Amino acid sequence: MIPEIGFFTLSLSLGVALIQSVMPLIGLKKNNLTLMSLADNAAIMQVLLLSISFATLIHSFISSDFSVINVYQNSHTTKPLIYKITGVWGNHEGSLLLWVLILAIFGGAVVLFGNNLSKRIKAAALSVQGMIGLGFIAFIIFTSNPFERLNPVPLDGKGLNPLLQDPGLAIHPPMLYLGYVGFSMAFSFAIAALIEGKVDSLWARWVRPWTLAAWTFLTVGIGLGSWWAYYELGWGGWWYWDPVENASFIPWLTGTALIHSLVVLEKRDSLKSWTILLAIVTFSLSLLGTFLVRSGVLTSVHAFASDPSRGIFILILLLITVGGSLTLYAIKAPKLDQSGVFSPISRESSLLINNIFLATSASTVLIGTLYPLVAESIGIGKISVGPPYFNMVFIPIFIPLIILMGIGPYLPWRKAKIINIYLNLKVVVLLTIISFVLFFSFSNYKLNDLAGCAGITLSAWVIFSISNDFINKIKLFKNPIQDCLNRARNLRRSAYGMMFAHIGVGLLIIGISGSSAWKQELIVSLKPGEEIRIAGNRIIFKEINFLNASNYQSLMGEFYLVEKQVLMKPERRIYNQPEQLTTEAAIHSNLWSDIYLVIGDGPNNEGAYTVRAFFEPFIPFLWYGVLIMGTGGILSLTDRSVKVTPKRSRNNKAVPKAGSI
Amino acid sequence: MKKKTIRLYYFLVGFVALVLGASLILNAFEDGIVFFYSPTDLKFKKIDSNQKIRIGGLVKLGTLTQNNELFSFKVTDNEENIDVRFTGILPDLFREGQGVVAEGYLIKPGEFNAIEILAKHDENYMPREVADAIKASGEWRGDTESDKQ
Repeated sequence: MIPEIGFFTLSLSLGVALIQSVMPLIGLKKNNLTLMSLADNAAIMQVLLLSISFATLIHSFISSDFSVINVYQNSHTTKPLIYKITGVWGNHEGSLLLWVLILAIFGGAVVLFGNNLSKRIKAAALSVQGMIGLGFIAFIIFTSNPFERLNPVPLDGKGLNPLLQDPGLAIHPPMLYLGYVGFSMAFSFAIAALIEGKVDSLWARWVRPWTLAAWTFLTVGIGLGSWWAYYELGWGGWWYWDPVENASFIPWLTGTALIHSLVVLEKRDSLKSWTILLAIVTFSLSLLGTFLVRSGVLTSVHAFASDPSRGIFILILLLITVGGSLTLYAIKAPKLDQSGVFSPISRESSLLINNIFLATSASTVLIGTLYPLVAESIGIGKISVGPPYFNMVFIPIFIPLIILMGIGPYLPWRKAKIINIYLNLKVVVLLTIISFVLFFSFSNYKLNDLAGCAGITLSAWVIFSISNDFINKIKLFKNPIQDCLNRARNLRRSAYGMMFAHIGVGLLIIGISGSSAWKQELIVSLKPGEEIRIAGNRIIFKEINFLNASNYQSLMGEFYLVEKQVLMKPERRIYNQPEQLTTEAAIHSNLWSDIYLVIGDGPNNEGAYTVRAFFEPFIPFLWYGVLIMGTGGILSLTDRSVKVTPKRSRNNKAVPKAGSI
Repeated sequence: MKKKTIRLYYFLVGFVALVLGASLILNAFEDGIVFFYSPTDLKFKKIDSNQKIRIGGLVKLGTLTQNNELFSFKVTDNEENIDVRFTGILPDLFREGQGVVAEGYLIKPGEFNAIEILAKHDENYMPREVADAIKASGEWRGDTESDKQ
């Protein structure tokens, strides 16, 4: 009975989505406020209906109702409660239901916090949200019904892939979805602006918080996925340029560009049509990501669906969304008036170049990701585009971008004087050069040392530049300390947000370049009692134990890390539901570098086990970087001027505050 | 800067980015792309021993031997076989009779030096290339992929 309630409310929500997409548009045409405000009621209704629907699915999972196919295929009675719940979105159908629920919640948030939005813009945006919802709810109902029943009822479920039974992965998909779906808000507002034919700085202020929130979720979501891949997959890496990773990374790149172009639009009323285009592209790429991951064109741990009809359905949705929005853009965008002139050396210009670089890198990653699919379908052959391609295209674009990141904050709007940039940055440049010489002189003068030091120097450049900017802003060393503290307190949250996000990128680069340059790997056949050495660490293989847990059996090695005096216990587990072998790496971190141990096959006829040991320098900096970037996003969101509903002045035009950056 | 000049400036910046991006992509395609072959393909194709490729098929039953960290086994598409050698830890789901994809170099005809055995995440999952290769050789039994759903 309860799953039927879920399906019923889901079906109702399809009808509500239809009303939400059509009625406000008619209202806009006829300038009828009642019809327009119908969108509000529909959006709130949507949240209620989909929450009930989602709650019933959770109920089916918790109560292990195996008469529901989805529960039978993805759950098991012996599974811990938390993984029964996360199993809801650990599969194709459930994850899509979560997708539309989040979409509905964003729509509801517009209604709740959007009292000050222009009525017309709000109605148009909610209508677009309704259309997206319509497409996805129809997709669920017609191809991926999570409430489908099974007869006869099996005694027990098939269980969840043990790799997915993990706390990091429990929150990774919802985070990514909050990011993807969050960009739908920028998209809906962009379409609304095109319909209304007006884009101004007020529009940018409406869109900014949603975009910032989406970006923050996506950043953390990608970080979590990468962290999971590092500690759970047992291969010692954290990023493989796998198509499913790229699927989330490409919208991240364009979303990052969008955040920056929104700043230009808000402050200078410039880059209008470009910003609209970015908003459209970013959400389209989020949809493409969903398509790539869910359609089964790519096979991996993420690809739940292998039913071609689903792939075609999502492809059609994608084509309608992209085609429709770009057509509207082509018609309407040329009519947007351009204003806000600026010189080639200015804040605007630096942000524009940032955008171009981010967009270029997004395109190169996109081409590398799609090329194998295209190549196969036109008969070039089966190929794979791996990490070498991505490193080769990505790094040369990102290096100038990072250098620019250190300069940008020093450029004033409209026009900058080169001499001033030089005066502001000469200390930073000097410090950066000194730090490179220092880093390199402590290394072994090999090629990888050069690359690693160059990478770390790049981060030093960013971090020095941001610190120097901060020191300038609060007039540290110039004014009395009390005055500096006051200035620091009065500095806007969004300024802190920017500094945090950029420093986060700096830390990320330390992690990336340090771990790629100085990682060490050792594969040996080892008997208990023997020892190995890696990067100056002595590791003794003490013994091997066999364990029986409720849902798996395990072979656990005990290794003693002599210098650190810690015991490390890598495992090889055989799960019983479903039967699957997993590797549980043991990681010892000193917050600076990690020792990473994996136990492999064994025992062979001499009683030895294959052991893989990694020395992973600077890996923790990746996680610090992501955390600091996420903090930056949150700080910017809490800026007093960033409200979900910035105040409108009477004539509907934004009044840029005097003195705001 | 006048509006016209700005437009020219946009155009220039965009053009430079386009050229930069395109040249990077073309350059990286030269050696960033790895082709996939089945054992039967390899019989008929000549491949340079320093060109990195991927091969795939089933791990032939009863051919896996281990000498410390060195594994050797045969990969088959049930028509042709190829000897594969690999040093390291095999992925969790590596088993005789199961599908496998290996990346490395064909040191001489019929002998492959794998530098990486690709990890798979699911016991039901058969790499698509492998499924196709086996289908092509006419030895396909059952439909592993649709088992999953």
